[in-house]
Amino acid sequence: MLTYKFVRKYLHIKMALQSRRDVFQAIADPTRREIINLIAFNPLNLNSIAENFDVSRPAISQHIKILTECGLIVIKKQGRERYCEASLQQLGEVSNWIEQYRKLWQEKFNALDDLLEEYKAKQKKK
Amino acid sequence: MASNNQTEIIAEPGKQELFIKREFEAPRELVFRAFTDAEMLVKWLGPCNMKMRIDKHEARAGGSYRYVHIDPAGNEYGFHGVSHEMLVPERLIRTFEFEGLPETGHVVLETARFEVLPNDRTRVTIQSVFQSVADRDGMVQSGMEYGVRESHQMLDEFLAKQLVN
Repeated sequence: MLTYKFVRKYLHIKMALQSRRDVFQAIADPTRREIINLIAFNPLNLNSIAENFDVSRPAISQHIKILTECGLIVIKKQGRERYCEASLQQLGEVSNWIEQYRKLWQEKFNALDDLLEEYKAKQKKK
Repeated sequence: MASNNQTEIIAEPGKQELFIKREFEAPRELVFRAFTDAEMLVKWLGPCNMKMRIDKHEARAGGSYRYVHIDPAGNEYGFHGVSHEMLVPERLIRTFEFEGLPETGHVVLETARFEVLPNDRTRVTIQSVFQSVADRDGMVQSGMEYGVRESHQMLDEFLAKQLVN
C-alpha cells in the first residue's frame, strides 16, 4: 500500500541513514528522550540534569555521551561549567518523513472519504 | 466532501514497524470493500497526481496482486505481493514489495484491521512490518514527495508527540 515516487533516491537515502540511524537509536531510549526534553529550551550542566533522574550520575553521563556522539547534544564550556545544549535540527529530519508520509496518506484517505460518500448515497437510493 | 478525520502515523524511533490509523464515516463492510474491490481501489489508492492501473488482483487468501502507479510523465511504479488472509470484513494480511528498488527482497508484511465504531463508523489500522529499521526509514522516505523544509512548527509537534511524556 505504500507508494514510491523517488525510487532512484533510495540508495542515496540508505547511505544517509547510516548516520541518521544513530539518531533513531539515541531517541529510542526513554531516559535519553527525557534528557533532550529537559534541555530542549534551557541548557543545563550535568549535575542539574542528573538531579531530575533516579538513575546514577555515571548512567546519566553515559546517556549524554551517546547523545553527544549522535549530535543531539552539544557541550559548551562556560568558565568551569560544562553546559549541555540540545541540537534539535536532526530531530526535525526524523519528524519530517513521518509528517510527509502522514500527508500522503491523508490525501489518499480524503479521496476515499469522497468515494465512501458516493457509495453510501447509491445504497440509499436502492 | 472529505471528512475531518485525521490520519495518524505511529513510527517509533528504532523500530521496524509503523502504524497508519484513520477513522471513516461509513460502515465496516463498505470500508472493507473499498480496500478489496478493484473498482473502488483504483479510485483512491493512487497518490492524487498519479494514475493507477491494476494488473492483477486476486482478492482471496493465497491470491496475488500487482498495482502500478503512473506519474504525469508516464513513469510507472509497480508493486506486488501475495494475500495471506482475507477475513471479511475485519482483517487483511498480505506481503508488499516495491519493484523499483535497486535489489529485490525488501518485503513488507502488512496487516489491515477494520474495527466497528458507533454510528456506522469504522476505524482502520494498518500495520507495516519491515525487515529492518533501515528498510522502514529508507523505503518510506524514498516513497514520499518531500520538499526539504524544516519548520519550527513541525519540530514543536514532534517534541510534543515524542518527547513530552
